[in-house]
Amino acid sequence: MTDIKSAFEHGKAFIPFVTAGDPDLETTAKLLVGMSESGADIIEIGIPFSDPIAEGVVIQEADLRSLSAGTTTDKIFDMVKEIRPQIKCALATMTYVNPIFVYGTDKFMARCKECGIAAVIVPDVPYEEKDELSISCDKYGISLISLIAPTSNDRIKMIAKEAQGFIYCVSSMGVTGVRSKITTDIGKMVGLVKSVSDIPCAVGFGVSTPEQAKKISESADGVIVGSAIVKLVAKYGKDCVKPVCDYVREMKNAMN
Amino acid sequence: MSKGRFGIHGGQYVPETLMNAINEFEKAYNKYKNDPEFVAELDTLMREYAGRPSRLYYAEKMTKDLGGAKIYLKREDLNHTGSHKINNCLGQCLLAKKMGKTRVIAETGAGQHGVATATVAALLGLECEIFMGKEDTIRQALNVYRMKLLGAKVHAVETGTMTLKDAVNEAMREWTNRVSDTHYVIGSVMGPHPFPMVVRDFQSVIGKEIKQQLFEKEGKLPDVVMACVGGGSNAMGTFYEFIKDENVKLIGCEAAGLGIDNPKNAATIANGTLGIFHGMKSYFCQNKYGQIAPVYSISAGLDYPGIGPEHANLHDTGRAQYYPITDEEAVQAFEYLSRVEGIIPAIESAHAVAQCIKMAPTMDKDKIIVVTVSGRGDKDVAAIARYRGENLYD
Repeated sequence: MTDIKSAFEHGKAFIPFVTAGDPDLETTAKLLVGMSESGADIIEIGIPFSDPIAEGVVIQEADLRSLSAGTTTDKIFDMVKEIRPQIKCALATMTYVNPIFVYGTDKFMARCKECGIAAVIVPDVPYEEKDELSISCDKYGISLISLIAPTSNDRIKMIAKEAQGFIYCVSSMGVTGVRSKITTDIGKMVGLVKSVSDIPCAVGFGVSTPEQAKKISESADGVIVGSAIVKLVAKYGKDCVKPVCDYVREMKNAMN
Repeated sequence: MSKGRFGIHGGQYVPETLMNAINEFEKAYNKYKNDPEFVAELDTLMREYAGRPSRLYYAEKMTKDLGGAKIYLKREDLNHTGSHKINNCLGQCLLAKKMGKTRVIAETGAGQHGVATATVAALLGLECEIFMGKEDTIRQALNVYRMKLLGAKVHAVETGTMTLKDAVNEAMREWTNRVSDTHYVIGSVMGPHPFPMVVRDFQSVIGKEIKQQLFEKEGKLPDVVMACVGGGSNAMGTFYEFIKDENVKLIGCEAAGLGIDNPKNAATIANGTLGIFHGMKSYFCQNKYGQIAPVYSISAGLDYPGIGPEHANLHDTGRAQYYPITDEEAVQAFEYLSRVEGIIPAIESAHAVAQCIKMAPTMDKDKIIVVTVSGRGDKDVAAIARYRGENLYD
């Protein structure tokens, strides 16, 4: 249940994202347990970064709230390690290359393994630079998730051939954040992946409503939602667990 | 190892959304850099529009006053738009146009790169949007208005420290949002490959001219060339021609703000550690968890927590030396050059002048120092007055 492969064996996978330490790590711990019980198949744990260049305003502000509250990479790992036995689904971390590199890439992946984290998602490491992380990832059995974007075109097959875990399909141009419309031909992107690999494809960036999730899951294996959840956390603070879990359940049901 | 490395530094650490755009830019650069028509067009613009070559001026009064090495000033401040930034903007905007792009975006700190980009965009008929930290729009209000006059839209960035780093973040975000018709004119020798190489090449005209002009005047190479370093474009442009001339010392002057032992500084070589940010592996001011530090300098153009990857490598190999200069030292140099030579330098360039004031007296009279004055100081006058306790505007 806690590995990436089996996360895609219960219908279409729902993959929520949460910024660790926003508003505090106790709340994040409750969210991890609650979301896993509400139908999440993989949870992306965001390790905050001072300068998240792929994020829209919602997650930028969450990162700042978390860092201002004193969250560090070590405190996040400690929390995940303690709570891990209560979480039924797979876990991934999402962060930028600098917090990993400066922490020590090898040490970072060792701690992921120790905490039962199966994958890392790093939006500023493209195919050309993946050796920066993949050696340590391989050593500790952590999947380095590859991203493909609407501009990837001829790069998709090259990326898919070497991808591990699942492919993160970036649905739209720009940064993360809720969008009313997604115009990219997701089916075509997924089709290019599937022509060279049977790896699962999950779609993120801009997805927020059950209708969008339902439509996207017709052509993809999973849906990733970040900003819509982080918005609920921002709105309800420490009382966010119930509204977030209700939302996760609604999304998972809409897709299956 | 991936492309665009300087020793261990450099690389292409950007979101997948941008990879095809930077690959396309690299291809276009390699195609046009030796294309006779492109080279001739750029050369004409450099001469007729930007006013190149810039003067190599013998600072006789300063030399006599300091009583040591002979001092020459490379007058990039005399270029059109008032700084070296125009060299790179002409090159990149012309390339963007050849690539069929109709819109350019850029970050700016002091506003010099923003003004230069807006200027060339006006000339070449490109739409232009500039990202500038809100703090810098206040420090450099004059340049904001210049950009608007030139037809550019200026976005005041209100995230983070509201300075150059945040302007780069926002410009990168905008580029991922609209990459098909837009080129991001990075203003320094930083960011993902091929930018550090391309910007260096377009700026290397500075060092080439220094070499030729000094040879005409003195019949020899300089002993020292020095320039200020934020991201490091005017310094890289000054150094590049001399890297193989091992007897020429290369000296970069970085911003120490209130002092390298005070948290309020931007001295990346003195205080930075190895990291990966803004598309490149290099040195950055940051904490042990890789969170980028909120740096500070009186100079908006040097107020940046990183340094270009080729500089990081020149530091590693010992080929170049980098010295921290405090706000106070830079302001004193700003005032000194104004008073002694009648040249008001940009506060960025004043960091290099300050190092020259320290070094020249320790050198023999037959030695030659060339200081690149990267920009003119009109934009800084109000801020320096404020620093000295005088408010020019109510």
